[in-house]
Amino acid sequence: MAINPKKHEMPTQEPLARAKNFDEVALGYTEEIAIAEAQRCLNCKNQPCVNGCPVNIDIPSFISKIKDGKFEDAYNVISLSSSLPAVCGRVCPQETQCESKCTLGIKFEPVGIGRLERFVADWHNNNATEKANKPESNGKKVAVVGSGPSGLTCAGDLAKRGFNVTVFEALHTAGGVLVYGIPEFRLPKAIVAKEVQTLKDLGVDVKTNVVIGKTLTIDELFQMGYKAVFIGSGAGLPNFMGITGESLKGVYSANEFLTRSNLMKSYLDNPDTPIMKGGNVAVVGGGNVAMDAARTALRLGADKVYIVYRRSMDELPARKEEVEHAIEEGIEFKLLCNPTEILGYNNPDDKFDPKNGFVAGMKCIKMALGEPDEQGRRRPVPIENSEFILDVDTVIMSIGTSPNPLIKNTTEGLDVNRRGGIVITEDGLTSREGVYAGGDAVTGAATVISAMGAGKTAAKAIDEWLNRN
Amino acid sequence: MYKIVTKKELNPTVTQMEIEAPLVANKAKPGQFIILRVDDTGERIPLTVAGVNKTAGTVKIIFQIVGATTFKLNQKNAGEYIEDFVGPLGEPTHLDGLKKVCIIGGGVGCAIAMPVAETLHDMGAEVTSIIGFRNKDLVILEDEFNACSDKLYIVTDDGSYGEHGNVCMPLERLLAGGEQFDMIIAIGPLVMMKFVVEAARPYNTPVTVSMNPIMIDGTGMCGGCRLTLNVDGKRVTKFACVDGPDFDGYQVDFDEAMSRGRMYSDFERHAYEDTCNLFKKGGK
Repeated sequence: MAINPKKHEMPTQEPLARAKNFDEVALGYTEEIAIAEAQRCLNCKNQPCVNGCPVNIDIPSFISKIKDGKFEDAYNVISLSSSLPAVCGRVCPQETQCESKCTLGIKFEPVGIGRLERFVADWHNNNATEKANKPESNGKKVAVVGSGPSGLTCAGDLAKRGFNVTVFEALHTAGGVLVYGIPEFRLPKAIVAKEVQTLKDLGVDVKTNVVIGKTLTIDELFQMGYKAVFIGSGAGLPNFMGITGESLKGVYSANEFLTRSNLMKSYLDNPDTPIMKGGNVAVVGGGNVAMDAARTALRLGADKVYIVYRRSMDELPARKEEVEHAIEEGIEFKLLCNPTEILGYNNPDDKFDPKNGFVAGMKCIKMALGEPDEQGRRRPVPIENSEFILDVDTVIMSIGTSPNPLIKNTTEGLDVNRRGGIVITEDGLTSREGVYAGGDAVTGAATVISAMGAGKTAAKAIDEWLNRN
Repeated sequence: MYKIVTKKELNPTVTQMEIEAPLVANKAKPGQFIILRVDDTGERIPLTVAGVNKTAGTVKIIFQIVGATTFKLNQKNAGEYIEDFVGPLGEPTHLDGLKKVCIIGGGVGCAIAMPVAETLHDMGAEVTSIIGFRNKDLVILEDEFNACSDKLYIVTDDGSYGEHGNVCMPLERLLAGGEQFDMIIAIGPLVMMKFVVEAARPYNTPVTVSMNPIMIDGTGMCGGCRLTLNVDGKRVTKFACVDGPDFDGYQVDFDEAMSRGRMYSDFERHAYEDTCNLFKKGGK
C-alpha cells in the first residue's frame, strides 16, 4: 500500500466562526482518521522520534497500538512517560521535537504524532471508566511548589513511585500557565481539570491559595516533614519595553490580559472581572503568548488585531500552527516594526474627560534586518524617518517575563543567575540540599513540554536521592 | 473555603471581619495584604491586613463597600464562608529604628494605619496620629487609635466631628511648630497621600505611602499593579504586589496612579448597580 505523503488534516472549526467563540479550534481526529494516520508510521528500527521527545514517550509503541485499534493500551504506553498527554497533544511544538526527527519526514510529511497523542488522551478521557490506581505509599513526603506543567509532572512521577506528594499553588485553581495563560480555545480548562484529577486519584494532595515564599517558606516545608522540595513556580513579572506611555489605561502585559480572560473568565457574559473589549488592539511580540493574546482579543470582539514584531515572519518564535491559525482568523501581522511610544488621549479643555489617560495610538518605526547577533539571529535595526502611527485602543505587551523573586528572597543559600533564574545541576538540584527546581523558574519563559521534561528529571533525581538517604 | 468568624459594622459603609486563615495569621505583619474571592466566579480583590489573632488563627480585614465585590462580601455573615483567602502578600512596613512617627489615616485607610500605629507604640516609639473622615458618622477606630497614640488629631471634611478640614492641616501645624518626625506614614486615598507628601516636602520629612492599585494575582505575575517611581530623575516601573505596597511618597507618580485606578470605573459602577439590584430582588 502506498504511503500517503501528507499528514491527515486536523478537523478544525471554520476560521470565521471560531474567531467569534472560545470553543476549541482543533476538533481532534476521529477513530478512523487516527488509525489511518497511525498506519503511516514506518515503525523504523532506530526510533529517532523518541529522542526528539523531552519526556521520551515510546512513540512507535503507542502508534502501533492505535493501528490495532487498542486505544486504551496506547494510552497506557504514553502514561508511562507523560502525566499530561491531553495537554501535550495540544500545546507541544511537535514540529521541532518528535515530528522533526521522524524518518517518514525525510521524504514526506512526518507522522502526526502530536495529533495521535491528543486522540489517545481524549479517547481515554471520554471512554475510560477505571480510576488511576493509587500506588502503595513509601511514607516519604515531598513538596511541589506550583501546579503548572513542571510541578504536575514532577508530582505525578513521584506519586507513581509511592511518595506522598503535596502540591502548593498560589492561585485559587490548579494548573498554572495551563489555566491562567493558555486560552480555552487552544486548551479547554476541563481537560486541565481532568489531568489534575488524575493526579489526585494517584494520591497527590493539591493545596491552593498557598504562596511559597510568603505563606510558607522552603525552610518551613522541611520543618513540616517534607524530605525534598521541587520548585516549579513558573515565570514571574512581565517585561515592558521602557517606552513612554506604557502606564496608560489600555496597556496590558500579556500575562494580565490572558489571566483576566482565562483564569478570571472575563470572556463570559457579565463577568465579575473586567477586561477591555472591542476597538483596535496591538499585541507586541511574536511568541506563542503573543498569538494567544491576539486571538483572545479578537474573540473578545476587537475590530482589528495587529501583531507587532520587530523581525520578519521567518524569525517568529511562535509555533507554525498558531501563526497559521492567527492569519486564517484575520490577525494582521505588522512585521519588521517596533513601537517607540504609546500615545495617550488628553483633552486639554476638560481634565475630567473620561477618555483622558486611555491609549489613543501607538507610534512605531519600521525595521530592517542587519548583521546576525551572538545567537545567529539577524539583529533588527530601525529605518530612519520611517515612523508611523498605528490606530489602536489597547496595547498588549508580550515580550517575555522575568523570574518571580518571592522564593529567592526568602530562601537562604538558593543561588540564582544574573537574570534571576534558579541555578540547577543537570539533575535539577539547586544549591540547597534536597531542593530541586525546573521549568520557567529556571529557564525563563519556555515551553510546556520542556517544563514537563524538567519536572520529570527532578522527580527521578528526588527518588534516587531519597532512596539513598 | 475560609470561615468568617466575626463580623462587625464599624460605620454604615465600613465592615470589619475576622477570617479563619491560620497560615496567614501566623505570618502577616503590618503593611501586608491578602487577596480574597467571595465566591467561585468572583474577582480577586486585595485588602490590607488590619490585624491578626495568632492564637485563634484569624486575620482581621476592614473594607469599605465601594463596589460589587465588597457589596457581596458584606452580604456574608459570621459563620458563613468565603471561597478564597491568600496571603500575606507584599512587604511589611519597615518600622525598625523609628523613634518618633506621625501616622496619617484617611477614611478606611485608618484600618490599615491602626496596626502600624499599634506596632510602633509597642516598640516604644512616640506616635502622633492624624485621622480624617468625611463626617462624624464615618469615624472609625477612635478608641483604638487613642490607645496607641501619644497624640491623636481627628478631622472631618464637614467639621461635624473633631477639627474641620483635612489631615494636612494638623500636620502642617505640627511641622511648622518645629515637630520633627523620623517618618510620616500616610495611608488613605491617593489624593490625600499626594497632599501629605506636599505638606511634608518643605521640611524634608520622609513619607511612606501605602499603594492599593488594581491587582489580580498579587504574587508578581500579571503586572497590573505597576506604578511609576521617579528615582534620581529616572522613571522606574515597580510592582505594588511584590515591591510594595509601601513606597517612598516623594518618588510615586500619584497622578498616573490615580488615572490607572479609574481604568474600569464605568464597568465597576454598572457591576455595583447590577449587584445591588440583584440583592434587592432577593437573588443570590
